[in-house]
Amino acid sequence: MFILIVGCGRVGSSVARAMLREGHEVSCLDEDPESHARLEVGLEKSWEDLGGQFTVGAGLETEALVAAGIENADVFIASTDGDNTNIVIAQIAQRRYEVPTVIARVLDPLRAEWYQRQGLHTVCPTSVAIDMLESAVRDSGGRGGTPGETAEAA
Amino acid sequence: MYIIVVGAGKVGWNLARELLEKDHEVTLIESNRRRYLTVEQELEHNVSYGDASELWVLERAGIQRADMVIAVTGDDEDNMLICQVAREKYLVERIIARVNNPRNRQHFDLLGIKPSVSATDLILRLLEHEVPEYGLVHLLDLQEEQLEIIEMLLGKDSGVTGRRVGDLQMPEGSLLISVLRSGKGFVPSADTVLEEGDEVLAVLDPGKEDDLKALFGPEGNGSNGG
Repeated sequence: MFILIVGCGRVGSSVARAMLREGHEVSCLDEDPESHARLEVGLEKSWEDLGGQFTVGAGLETEALVAAGIENADVFIASTDGDNTNIVIAQIAQRRYEVPTVIARVLDPLRAEWYQRQGLHTVCPTSVAIDMLESAVRDSGGRGGTPGETAEAA
Repeated sequence: MYIIVVGAGKVGWNLARELLEKDHEVTLIESNRRRYLTVEQELEHNVSYGDASELWVLERAGIQRADMVIAVTGDDEDNMLICQVAREKYLVERIIARVNNPRNRQHFDLLGIKPSVSATDLILRLLEHEVPEYGLVHLLDLQEEQLEIIEMLLGKDSGVTGRRVGDLQMPEGSLLISVLRSGKGFVPSADTVLEEGDEVLAVLDPGKEDDLKALFGPEGNGSNGG
């Protein structure tokens, strides 16, 4: 599959590396040229040598999206640090470029839920963190409990 | 009317003030604390502090009963999404969005956010109007009705000067509606002969601009009319 990831921060770059390792074609788009270095963390060869693609540009720029290959993408991941940017570019990918699978990272749980109901696949790290923290607290046995188990459960 | 204005920059602040003077009920939402405190000194309870991208901030401002939402922040994504949520989630009937970067207008259109207003575009239109070399000036876009009205200045090399209006082969979906000559306007008849310096107004289906330009511009094929 051809996977386009917009926003090459900690999340985007890790997903990009994992997908490339699994044999997919991966293209990253980020407005910061420096984020290319983050892609190569832990790699023995350069990102390009391993078959990866990297484009500098903003997710709202049509030319940048096209240069990064949105017209052929099977999967589009919006993982910039801005919720609003992610929701807008995910809808552009969905409606204008008809990318079959579109996923947007949305930190705000309320909007993640609403847009999910509108047919946009959203992933909300905040909700995940809330769930994990809540269950970690529930699983802790207070002063009588075993902290070791709690850490593993979390 | 109850109107929510998002973004207390120069545009939002002045807009809120004008709307209040016209006796509308207004809430202005601003996410920058310092800016909020500045504006609050004048507008008091009519300004609210918070990030209007967040649903609860909009709900606290009473978006459920708002008649209109106007998003004029300096950030196009914010303006798009605030208006999208206002219309689709809270069923606000009227929305207006500010476009900061004219190149983003296509995204506003894609998400169905209209009307959208771009100061840059407006100034460009004025520029077109003041500098007739542009040839063709958009006067009005009626997007819903799928019509445009444009103005063209006939230069001395225009292919239609000296021709009868009745002889022009106007592109299908276009109509000559008026001629401005020596400061006076009139509705042309088939016998009207076009002159250099005439400004003609035409109504047309969107997308016919190039056909009209070809006809009215330099070396137009107006003589083909029959």
